[in-house]
Amino acid sequence: MNPPPPITPSAPATPRLDMDRLIDDRRTRIIVCCGSGGVGKTTTAAAVGLRAAERGRHVVVLTVDPARRLAQSMGLSSLDNTPRPVPGVAADQGGSLHAMMLDMKRTFDEIVEQHADPDRAAQILANPFYQSLSSSFAGTQEYMAMEKLGQLRRAQEWDLIVVDTPPSRSALDFLDAPQRLSRFLDGKLLRLLTAPAKVGGRAYLRVLNAGFGMVTGVLTKILGAQVLRDVQTFVTALDTMFGGFRERADYTYQLLRAPGTSFLVVAAPEPDALREASYFVERLAQERMPLAGLLLNRVQRAPASRLSAARSQAAAETLQAAGSHPLAVTALRLHADRMQQVSAQQRLAEHFTAAHPIVPVAEIPAQAQDVHDLNGLRSIGQAFAD
Amino acid sequence: MTTRDTDWDGVRLHVVTGKGGTGKTTMAGALALALASGGKRVLLMEVEGRQGIAQLFDVPPLPYEERRVAVAPATRERPGGDVYALVADPESALVEYLEMFYNLRHAGTALTRLGVMDFATTIAPGLRDVLLTGKAAEAVRRKGAGKSRGRVYDAVVMDAPPTGRIGRFLNVSSEISGVARVGPIRSHADTVQKVIRSPDTAIHFVTVLEEMPVQETLDGIAELTSLAGGAIQIGGIMINMTRPLALPPEQVKAAAAGQLDTGELALGLKTAGLDESLSLAAELAEELAQDARGALDQQVQRERLDQAGQPCYELPWISDGMDLAGLYRLAAALRDQGAA
Repeated sequence: MNPPPPITPSAPATPRLDMDRLIDDRRTRIIVCCGSGGVGKTTTAAAVGLRAAERGRHVVVLTVDPARRLAQSMGLSSLDNTPRPVPGVAADQGGSLHAMMLDMKRTFDEIVEQHADPDRAAQILANPFYQSLSSSFAGTQEYMAMEKLGQLRRAQEWDLIVVDTPPSRSALDFLDAPQRLSRFLDGKLLRLLTAPAKVGGRAYLRVLNAGFGMVTGVLTKILGAQVLRDVQTFVTALDTMFGGFRERADYTYQLLRAPGTSFLVVAAPEPDALREASYFVERLAQERMPLAGLLLNRVQRAPASRLSAARSQAAAETLQAAGSHPLAVTALRLHADRMQQVSAQQRLAEHFTAAHPIVPVAEIPAQAQDVHDLNGLRSIGQAFAD
Repeated sequence: MTTRDTDWDGVRLHVVTGKGGTGKTTMAGALALALASGGKRVLLMEVEGRQGIAQLFDVPPLPYEERRVAVAPATRERPGGDVYALVADPESALVEYLEMFYNLRHAGTALTRLGVMDFATTIAPGLRDVLLTGKAAEAVRRKGAGKSRGRVYDAVVMDAPPTGRIGRFLNVSSEISGVARVGPIRSHADTVQKVIRSPDTAIHFVTVLEEMPVQETLDGIAELTSLAGGAIQIGGIMINMTRPLALPPEQVKAAAAGQLDTGELALGLKTAGLDESLSLAAELAEELAQDARGALDQQVQRERLDQAGQPCYELPWISDGMDLAGLYRLAAALRDQGAA
């Protein structure tokens, strides 16, 4: 073993993320791909799912917002909230691949329909407050993604579920949103406001103190009386029908902590994405959720890496001065540029590994073109397994 | 004083949207700098609580307060202007709103502590958006007191939610009508909507030349256009992180197909005194081929954007990492191309 050089400490060897071991391990039942927007999370989740399926697992990929052509290549022509078999997957190892696109409103509607009698369900679905909550509440998408994950897990039809998390403003949103929505729906304030509708006049009088009066007064001022009435009817209908949103949120939270669940943090070698990845790694540790490692996507590589940026640039200048070999000048300049990018990315990655030395890392080289078919996904899978 | 013609003369509220990861916040910052140059006062507003502006301008996290964060570059005719920043959050905006219209500041503060403000902004999803767009509309229209009677800001730039949410975000009046059919918030929303659907406002899209961001840009433009029957003014398309072509255009196709003259390349490398020129030539040809294939893909995306019929601005990829100097470069590029 080489001792580290005395003055400039070399980066300690980062553990390698062994993706094949992770997906081949039958005990791995759920892989959650998370990371900030724009890092290639959806494509990565699809590639993980495909590779696992072609190595013999029965996989379902739950995706949220795939690029159109990628969705088409996976046989997802419509957003119908149902797992569909993906055509063209090699089945020689006995595996299979399904994919589904999340429809958050549909998922929410289904919860309502499952748990309420038809009349009451219709009443809830028609409530304006429910409609805006189920289609635009910040966090509903995250909540429904987790709800769907729970449903897929209970269905027992697949032995591996790969989840692509919604493109939130921060990578942490999907951990917090379910709690936030359930806290809101189970919240004291909501109960306070709905008390009169639930238990009639006397309870209403009991809670009608000055503070409460001010609260409803201000809310009525802001929103108008109709909104409060809508909320009241909504919560009343919801409350009698099933036992609390918090319980459901807790269930998915526990599912995320259960053995068999692994988190993959996806990042691109860019400052913002790696900062989010850092936050995420720290948060997972706090929550005692199992982190498999970091998948560093879009890593720039240079086939001619043995030629340094400086030498390449110098050679280009020599030729340019002589006015000869323009093609070689172009190639050398491009290479020098690329080598600079490579080292800039390496520095960023080293910042991450210096702060998180025990987090295993695997890299996916930048693809020259957008990935939009199974072959593209296969080559990504090949790349992260290498 | 000389006036320059820009593509958005008369626009005072610039809303900047784009897919995550395309550099939306950076571009909003650069646009604010570009608009401020020449002695102007511009407010840059952030609405998603990420403190992206503070990071961009390398200042400590910003409170709910308008603060000067940068001095815009001077032009030949006039001195540099000022960029102010505001991190708007719905709760503070609601407290401010209550104070302005009902003189309810103390109640507002108390209610914030009780969590009622969070509740109110949560209960009606459209309410958050009305409060945030309302704050921008207020800043656009605000006039100075006393001697300085004119507008406080020459322009307001809003770092808006990403493309996927922009339609809902800007369609405030209709969104809120789902929950508030009448009442003060409703009329407030209607006022805000008027500002957004006026020639004073333009919605700019930030993208990079990749399939999905381009698709989102086109979808976003189509959505906003159909949403308001053309009343929402679509602004420019800011194409971020563009790179110059490495090869002369006539060689790109051949390079992409792997048909470059590697013999000639090897000869060049040998002339430059590099070892193993043959195998090195093959590797460098592969790098050129990758670059050319990427360039062809980008060309396809560029043509798709052209079909949108909006002005496109190309912003260079800043190779040595995004910092203030890079931001000023982007601002200059926006000005040179007439975006500001």
